[in-house]
Amino acid sequence: MTGWIGAALPRKEDRRMLLGRGRFVGDLTRPGLLHAAFVRSPHAHALVNKIDGTAASQAPGVERLFTAESLGCPYLLAMLERDEFVPTAMPILAGEKVRFVGEPVAVVIADDAYRAEDAAELVEVDWDPQPAVASMETATAAGAPRLHDHGNCLVDLLMFDDDRLPEIFAGAAVTVSATFSSARVAALPLEGRACLAEWDDRDDQLVMHVSTQVPHQVRSGVAQALGLPERSIRVIAPDVGGGFGLKCVVGREEVAVAAAALRLRRPVRWTEDRQENLTAAFHGHEQRYRVKAAFSQDGRILGLDAEIDCDTGAYSVFPFTCAVEPLMAATELPGVYKVPAYRARGRAIATNKAPAAPYRGVSRPQIVLVMERLMEKAAAALEIGPLQVRRANLIGKHEFPYTGVNKITYDEGSYRESLDLAEQIVTEKAWAADRDRLRSAGLRAGIGYACFSERTAYGTPTMSQRRMRMTPGYDTALVRMDPTGEVIVTTGTCGHGQGHETTFAQIVADRLGVHPGQVRLRQGDTDLASYGWGTWGSRSVVIGGGAAGRAADVVAGQLRKIAASQLEASPADIELAEGVARVRGDDHASIPIPELARLVHFQAHRLAEDLRYGLEARATFDPPGTFSNACHVAMVVVDPGTCAIRLRRYLVVEDCGVVINPMVVDGQVRGGVTQGAAAALLERVRFDPEGQPVSATLMDYLAPTAAEMCAVDIVHLQTPSQFSETGAKGMGEGGTIGAPAAVLGAINDALSDTDVRFDHIPVLPQDLSAALNQAGAVP
Amino acid sequence: MKDMHAISLKVNGREHELVVEARRTLADMLRHDLGYTGTHLGCEHGICGACTVVLDGAPVRACLVFGVQADGAEVRTVEGLADGEQLSDLQQAFSDHHALQCGFCTPGFLMLAEAYLAEDATQLTEARARELVAANLCRCTGYQGIIEAVLATARARRPGRKPADEP
Repeated sequence: MTGWIGAALPRKEDRRMLLGRGRFVGDLTRPGLLHAAFVRSPHAHALVNKIDGTAASQAPGVERLFTAESLGCPYLLAMLERDEFVPTAMPILAGEKVRFVGEPVAVVIADDAYRAEDAAELVEVDWDPQPAVASMETATAAGAPRLHDHGNCLVDLLMFDDDRLPEIFAGAAVTVSATFSSARVAALPLEGRACLAEWDDRDDQLVMHVSTQVPHQVRSGVAQALGLPERSIRVIAPDVGGGFGLKCVVGREEVAVAAAALRLRRPVRWTEDRQENLTAAFHGHEQRYRVKAAFSQDGRILGLDAEIDCDTGAYSVFPFTCAVEPLMAATELPGVYKVPAYRARGRAIATNKAPAAPYRGVSRPQIVLVMERLMEKAAAALEIGPLQVRRANLIGKHEFPYTGVNKITYDEGSYRESLDLAEQIVTEKAWAADRDRLRSAGLRAGIGYACFSERTAYGTPTMSQRRMRMTPGYDTALVRMDPTGEVIVTTGTCGHGQGHETTFAQIVADRLGVHPGQVRLRQGDTDLASYGWGTWGSRSVVIGGGAAGRAADVVAGQLRKIAASQLEASPADIELAEGVARVRGDDHASIPIPELARLVHFQAHRLAEDLRYGLEARATFDPPGTFSNACHVAMVVVDPGTCAIRLRRYLVVEDCGVVINPMVVDGQVRGGVTQGAAAALLERVRFDPEGQPVSATLMDYLAPTAAEMCAVDIVHLQTPSQFSETGAKGMGEGGTIGAPAAVLGAINDALSDTDVRFDHIPVLPQDLSAALNQAGAVP
Repeated sequence: MKDMHAISLKVNGREHELVVEARRTLADMLRHDLGYTGTHLGCEHGICGACTVVLDGAPVRACLVFGVQADGAEVRTVEGLADGEQLSDLQQAFSDHHALQCGFCTPGFLMLAEAYLAEDATQLTEARARELVAANLCRCTGYQGIIEAVLATARARRPGRKPADEP
């Protein structure tokens, strides 16, 4: 190994993006390209009596109008093999009934995007509006209108229970009870969803360019919905303008565009606009936790009881299902803390809103917020320090591997060490003095901590416990050296901003003894890569990168054998480094790796039979998962005039094991913190009581700008994973997971002169103003 | 009938003549009629700034300008920043400071910063840079790298400052 792992290598991805030569779906064109525009429901809940497309079909430029009926009523069905799960087929176009504002009922295909939108407005639909349920409260009330025949509870799982809990609560020094909640938010990638589908007669294939994180699952979804063999569909994810989970599920629009291209045998493109994205794509994180926790006098948690409700919107998403949030939450709630007795019930509640998808963090931002607030509440009740309570409960270094009450085994991390270091840095940098100075000046300022771990890179050993009909987890890489010694790697993971082209090249380059510049990653193409599971769940560098590392090891073995045959040495004595194969300890006995590549491809007859024919290997990696961890510290200050809460300082001490590229890791952390902090301070998808979305533009849905952020300082600890090829742990979501709890803690600390405390996010200026007024405090 | 207009404009120094529908946005015209697909559309209602281009010296949201309004104008897009295959100092700084991840919003930030720096690179403080960068949305980076890249370019462009002064 020559040590590319750990280098802050500039990203290979940057150049084309900076030159304006990125290739996003909306940038692609084709001769005779047609454009799709969807006709969407203005009602949250309605029966569809009749769709009249006569005027639309006759509008200028219109090629065809499709409805559910004319497409043959295709649907996407996400399945969980559990009795407690109620499947909800999501029609590609709704036929008889719509279940949220923005649900598509027809698609107009025209020669121009503007004309397609014009014609979509001419489609006349005879709606029969029904009473809608716009919240979990109304959805679960007696006599509530039903979205689906089986009622509005789509998943109800008692994941853990413990007979001892009543006794534990009865005997506890302190019992903390609270309800915590987080608002529905939008993932909001800057590029909306997009799709271009075209039929290829030569390959007998429907070729789809899709802005997706999961090309193979799009292929599976389209194949299942349209009844096609998978080989007859090729899905390509070109450059993808962010995903954050929104694009790790299959959109019905993608299937509709595929169906239209198939019917018309013409290329069809759809690019989602921002209003569609905010109303009719996918949301996430709308959850409520009713929690009771018992603590001992010295701050140890003795028992935990949680009722977890997740607002799943109108349908299960493909392939994850609506159980993804409640299952994650109920399974992982204890987090970094040693909880001896645990009961958790998780429900997914259907409402007349867009479906929930696994947005960055998936329930972990909420469960961390819950656990950190419990620690703070217990500390207040016991009148001991909140960090002391955390330390009384954190899993310690000597306790790993630690198997929790939730049956999860946590591999080694630095749970206490990251908190200790964070506190030390905060002390050294005089955060408390800064806070107290602000307070002396009459301002409210506060500091909040969050300790957490993040299970990353789940393979099928872990994913199978969810019992999804399509169980994700493994990935396969192909590593191939060409006759000039350059290396091509293909994977089923599918980067979209995470720098995989760079980091995977670093992993492979070390193993083959070449420069990362000679390693090219090809991803996002179902015809190029073996079946894989895309990029989500902080899985790619561990699973995709691990598979690439394994395949590279095989190719390295091939190179060593060939070099050994030429240098008359043992393969075990050959090392690959700096572009050459050399005999260890003999500077004169070496061959350039490109020379070996030429030999294999062009002079195969000169090699022994078992060394001939190609330098390539395929390998799969399917790990159980590995936990990264971090401690976040936030400081906020409240504007007394507006009650706006401003971030002032932010520190992350994180441990994702071996860092492949520190620049990339820091970028992921900062971006994640920004999303998580915004979830605590700004972001909220809102509906009126009838289910009408009222945050349909970026003037109403507030995404953070640079003005709302402060600098984020990052310090790394490195506890290598025993469950990954490189020692790396996944880390793509951690920033988003820790930030809401740290920011909420800082807000509550800022209010320590009052009795006001918040247990929900976001805390908006109007929330703070109202609460302070109610408490009789000066804002 | 479409309401069509014949217009001419310069994009990155190159003359274009075309016939464009009155309602067509400058962004769609640049992207789909003229092939400058480096300009991206993130919201189409003037908030995110991904479509920022420089129109007669000023940064504008190309989604809020009609193509016909650019008749006779000079437009600069991201494709015009580099010198051939050589990245400009600003582009290089974006890569050096990890100011981009997915890259979708990047052209908008580049053109925003380019327009500002062309006017005045001497006075750029960190607070002013943060305010400038707050004009646009990025969902990936958390902005820190973008602010650092713009500041580094401003420092390097200050009169009398040699590139060797840079750390």
